[in-house]
Amino acid sequence: MSPAGASAPSATAGRVGLLDRRLLFVTGKGGVGKTTVASALALHAAEHGKKTLLCEVEVKGDVASYFESGPIGFAAQEVLPGLWTMSMDTEASLREYLRLNLRIPVVGRIGPLARALDFVATAAPGVREILTVGKLCYEVRESHYDLVVVDASATGHIVGQLSAPQAINDLVKVGLIRTQTDWMLDILSDAKTTGVAIVATPEEMPVNETIELAGRLSSETTVELAAVIVNRVLPELFGRGEEETFDRLGEPAAVEELGRLVEGDPTPVLDGARLAVTLRRTRAEHLERLRAGIDPVVPMLYLPYLFTRLHGVRTIRQVAGSLGEELGS
Amino acid sequence: MTTGRRRTDVRHGSLDGLLNSREIVVACGPGGVGKTTTAAAAAATAAVRLGGKVLVLTVDPARRLADALGLDKLGNAERQVPASAFADIGVKPSGELWAAMLDTKESWDALIRLHAPDARTREEILANPLYRNISGRFVQSHDYIAMERLFEIHSEGTYDLIVVDTPPTRNALDFLDAPERMADFFSSRLLRWLVVPYRSRIVNFASKPFYQVADRILGTQFLEDIAQFFVLFQSMYDGFVQRARAVHRLMADRRTSFIVVSTLEAVPLREAEFFAQALTDRRLHLGAIVLNKVLPAYLRDPLGAAVAAKLRDQADALADALAPAMDDADPAQVRRVLAEIGGNYLDYRLAAQREAEQQSELATMPEALVTVPHFDTDVYDLRGLLELGERLWGA
Repeated sequence: MSPAGASAPSATAGRVGLLDRRLLFVTGKGGVGKTTVASALALHAAEHGKKTLLCEVEVKGDVASYFESGPIGFAAQEVLPGLWTMSMDTEASLREYLRLNLRIPVVGRIGPLARALDFVATAAPGVREILTVGKLCYEVRESHYDLVVVDASATGHIVGQLSAPQAINDLVKVGLIRTQTDWMLDILSDAKTTGVAIVATPEEMPVNETIELAGRLSSETTVELAAVIVNRVLPELFGRGEEETFDRLGEPAAVEELGRLVEGDPTPVLDGARLAVTLRRTRAEHLERLRAGIDPVVPMLYLPYLFTRLHGVRTIRQVAGSLGEELGS
Repeated sequence: MTTGRRRTDVRHGSLDGLLNSREIVVACGPGGVGKTTTAAAAAATAAVRLGGKVLVLTVDPARRLADALGLDKLGNAERQVPASAFADIGVKPSGELWAAMLDTKESWDALIRLHAPDARTREEILANPLYRNISGRFVQSHDYIAMERLFEIHSEGTYDLIVVDTPPTRNALDFLDAPERMADFFSSRLLRWLVVPYRSRIVNFASKPFYQVADRILGTQFLEDIAQFFVLFQSMYDGFVQRARAVHRLMADRRTSFIVVSTLEAVPLREAEFFAQALTDRRLHLGAIVLNKVLPAYLRDPLGAAVAAKLRDQADALADALAPAMDDADPAQVRRVLAEIGGNYLDYRLAAQREAEQQSELATMPEALVTVPHFDTDVYDLRGLLELGERLWGA
């Protein structure tokens, strides 16, 4: 951090910067822009010289459409300089795991084995999750990348995913899986290495879920909350004293005069301004609630609502730019 | 083409027919679009307008719904929203509104008690570490149990209408497939294969390699926990499979309809569309699509856009001319306000146009399409629910 970085609040001193970690899980309630933010974080890191892997855990094809890369598979591919993408596939992860860890003759007959384990995974929660988390931790342990950004599961499922190694540790007392969970737990529990970023929008349910998840992360997992990223923040329409001027503009005589001057009905425009003020006000209340509900040492980043018509990588670039401003880099 | 024919039949802006004619209405769709609130609003309004006993069954553990309904706590047991809650806002409902919230763990335990052949099996299952894990954490079990609980309540025949919202699923189809998958799971050959050696304590030749690998990966104790769990569960196999099939039949029955809830934002809408298509593919009844938080139509008014552009681009001249009509307001201030509201309108116009475009591209058409505007405040009480309900009900 530069010596002139006086803007860094002392409360957050001693915490590792968001992109200085090695493994970053990006979660959030469905529809808040989780994938967009994860992609923008990864792009920002890659553009700042970090070899970055972006992993989509629940494959919806959004990452592929953002980077116009065609379908993304389990094998990582470089979509932009320094930016690699992959999609999670638990069966492929199992195969890789077995190939790397077991030298057993039946590996050739992996078909039924994979089915059997798939089956066990259905009954034993955590098995599928650990194949996901395990692959990500593996990439970190092997230092294949400077940073792994995970477009992770939504708020409802992320705790199950992150606590899977612990859950397996509790269930399984011996065996290869048990020895595997120990090093994963080390990576996940190290705040210098791993963090979670929750994406929220300033709306009631996303704010509630973010506060709730922050609590569950600290009580049920060993992973640190690295940041809360508030997406789609509406701009303040009026500056100081302007709202009063706007109210006077809305009086019948002024509206009539304005209508005459512009040769048209200004009502929709005035209504639009009132709508913007109302929306902004409701959201500001939720923002306050969010800030109050999250530990003050957790940095909060704000990303503006995008009114523009952007698609694909241009959207990601714009969001990455806003993120860069918020991160001060 | 059924979609082509139905497109012309779409009724805009009303859920009343659906709530009138069905016994079960399932609200589904992506997370964060107001699914729970929509389900509660539809149920509350049905209780007020239609009479009879109406139940809203929610899977959302947030306190807000309980608060909005004037109940201090929601749990697995159905509770009636007190008449006083309606009286307080000057509404006299013609029926009763009841509410319940799904408790996954409690519902699973009840299901075990129902299916367990004897007390010993029951206690062993309830104490099995895998079972405790499944009932508490297993995401798919949540989906299954929601449908199971719905079936149970429906078969008791207490309610005229049950409105249920569905868990936010990883995959929109999870809860639809859950009963089927649960049945497959218990009838699977693989399951029997896995369990047999632990029954006979003889590992046969065919399964030997599997056990070698499984033992190394998972450890013997864990495998035995799994096997015990499956052995115990097999004793309940018939009950489970029959029940799962019955649940599935109820979903496909004429008495059940689905409403897909979404907003017009790209990502939720894409998920909602996928869902609507999946319902149609499975021959389940797509009763309505409800679009929440839709921006008002005046934002797309071309004349409005022309005025807004003038305000933004000619703010200086307009402000000077207008200031006298505004009790000599500060022209610089007026200039800024005019430019800001002009720009604001054009910004929101883009967003509104994007929404309208999204809506026009809806491919799968339901019986009814309902749009609900942005409300000035969030829905947080019974009055708010009923106001939203009126919008859903249609004129």
